[in-house]
Amino acid sequence: MSKKWEVSVVGIILALGGLITSIPFIWMILSSFKTEREALSVPPTLIPNNVTLQNYIDLFNKLDFDIYLYNTMIIVFFSMIGLLLNTMAGYGFAIYRFRYKEILFLLVLATLMIPNQVTMIPTYLLVNTMGLTNTMTGIVLPGLISAYSLFLIRQFMATIPMDLIEAARLDGANEFRIFFNLILPLSKPIISIQMIFAFIGAWNSFLWPLIIANDDKLYTLSVGMSLLKGQYSTSFALQMAGATFMVIPILIIFTIFQRNIVQGFNMTGIK
Amino acid sequence: MSRLIFKISPFIFIGPAILLLFIFSIIPIVMSLIISFTDMDLVGLANWSKVSFIGFDNFGRLFNDPIFLKSIVNTLMYVGIGVPIVICLSLGIALLLNYSTSALFSGFRAIYYMPSITNIVAVAIIWGFLYNQEYGLFNYLLSLIDIEKVPWLEDPFVAKLSLILLAVWKGIGVDMIIFLAALQSIPKMYYEAADIDGANRWQKFKYVTLPSLSFAIFFVVVTKLIGWLQFFEEPFVMTGGGPLDGTVSMALFIYQEGFEYSRFGYASAASFVLFAVIIGITLVQFTLRKSDK
Repeated sequence: MSKKWEVSVVGIILALGGLITSIPFIWMILSSFKTEREALSVPPTLIPNNVTLQNYIDLFNKLDFDIYLYNTMIIVFFSMIGLLLNTMAGYGFAIYRFRYKEILFLLVLATLMIPNQVTMIPTYLLVNTMGLTNTMTGIVLPGLISAYSLFLIRQFMATIPMDLIEAARLDGANEFRIFFNLILPLSKPIISIQMIFAFIGAWNSFLWPLIIANDDKLYTLSVGMSLLKGQYSTSFALQMAGATFMVIPILIIFTIFQRNIVQGFNMTGIK
Repeated sequence: MSRLIFKISPFIFIGPAILLLFIFSIIPIVMSLIISFTDMDLVGLANWSKVSFIGFDNFGRLFNDPIFLKSIVNTLMYVGIGVPIVICLSLGIALLLNYSTSALFSGFRAIYYMPSITNIVAVAIIWGFLYNQEYGLFNYLLSLIDIEKVPWLEDPFVAKLSLILLAVWKGIGVDMIIFLAALQSIPKMYYEAADIDGANRWQKFKYVTLPSLSFAIFFVVVTKLIGWLQFFEEPFVMTGGGPLDGTVSMALFIYQEGFEYSRFGYASAASFVLFAVIIGITLVQFTLRKSDK
C-alpha cells in the first residue's frame, strides 16, 4: 500500500527517535566501563580510554550486591507463587458458578480502582501489627496477589469452551487434574505474558521493600542501588555499573519475549 | 465424597487469592478511611488507645497547608503538560511503526518500549548523571552550541520540566504498544473501501483510522490521567520533592507525611483527597464520552 521511499523515510525518522531514546542506556553502559576519573572528565569521552571491570567488582566488594541479588531472586520466586494463586483464582471465577461469585468479583475489580497511596499506609500499619516489619514475609505477602493479573487471566479463561472441561470430567479427571493438565497448557499465551510481567515487577520492586526492610540483609537490588546513589553520590562510574547490572537482565528477557508482550496486549481486547 | 469436593473446589481455587486480597487490599481501604479522621501517629502506633477521633480536622488543616496546596499545583502541572505529550508521541510513534512489519521495525518497537520496563532507581541514577550540572552529558552537548549550563534539577521550575521529560521517556512504551495493537486490528477492507471512494491520505486518517482508535484513545487517556495524578516515583528518586518543594506531587506529599514524619492520620486524609480528585476526573471523562455518542 505504501510506497517504498515512504517506508524508508519513516524508518529514518524512527531510527533517529530510537537513538535519542537509547542515549541514556548507551551512556550508562559505556560509562560503567570507565574509571571514576574518566567518568568526570570534561569534555566527556564517548568510548572508554581504559576499559575497566573494577566498577563491577566494587559492586560486590564495597557493597553487598550478592545479598541484594539473593533477596531479589527470593522476591521473584514468590511472585511466581503469587501468579499461580492469581491463575487459580482466575480459573475459579471463569469456570465455576457459586454463591456470591458476582459480589466477590466486583470486590476484586474495586481494588483496582483504589490508588496505591490510599492502601500503602494502612497496609504498613497492618504488617506492623502482625509483627512482620523487617521480614521477608512482610515484603512479599502484601503484593502476592495482583487483581489486574487475576482479571486478565479470568478474561482469557472465560473463552475456554465448557464442553472441553465437561468431557474431561466424564473421563473421570478430578478438578485439580483438569486445572493442571488441561487448563494450564491451554492458557499458555496469557500465563507466559503474565510471567514476564511478574518477573519484571519483582525484579524492579523498590518502594515496598524500602518501607518494610530496615536491615540491609533484606535489601533488594533497587533498595541497594538507592543506597549506592546516596553513599557514593560522586562515584558516577560505580553508579552506572550498578544500573547496568540491574537493567541488562530485564532487557535480555524482554528481547527474547518481546513478541509475546505485543500479543499479550492484543489479547487484553483493547481495540 | 467426590460430590463434596466438587462443591467446595471453586473455593479452593479462589480462596487463597481472595483471602490475601481481602487482608491487604479491602481491609486497608476501610482502615484508611477511619484513620483519616484520627490523629494517628508514631505514638498511636505503639499504643492504639492514644489515638483519638478528630473529625474533619485533618482535611481542614490540609487545605491550609502551603506544601499540600503546592503539591496540588505541581501535580496539575505534571498532568497538564505530561499527559498530552505522552499521548501524542506514543500515538505518533505507533502510526509510524505501523508502516512496516519488518524485523527492523520490530527492533525499533523494542527500543521505544525499553524505558518503560527499566527499574526506576536505575533510571534515577542514569538521568541524575545526565542532568548533572557540572559533569552531565546534556550540559556538555549544550555547551557545544554555546548554551549556558542549565540547572536541570536545581531550579524549582526547570526541575519540574526535567522530571516530565524523564517521565515521558519512560511512559511512551506501554501506550505505544496499545495503540499499535489497536492499529493492527483495523480491518484492511476499510482502507480498500476508502481507496475505491477516492479518499486521500488525510481523509483516510480522519474517517477510518481515528474513529477505529476511539476506544484505545479513550482507554489511554483515562489510564494516563489516573497514572499521572499519582505522579510519584520520578520526584521521589530524583529530587525528593525539592528544590524548595518545587517538585512535590500529591502522592509524594502523602508518602512523606506518612513514612517520613509518621503522621499516618494526616497522610491518609491527603490520600482521600487525591482519590476524590481521581474519581472526579474519571467520572467527567466517562460522562463526556457518553454525551459524545
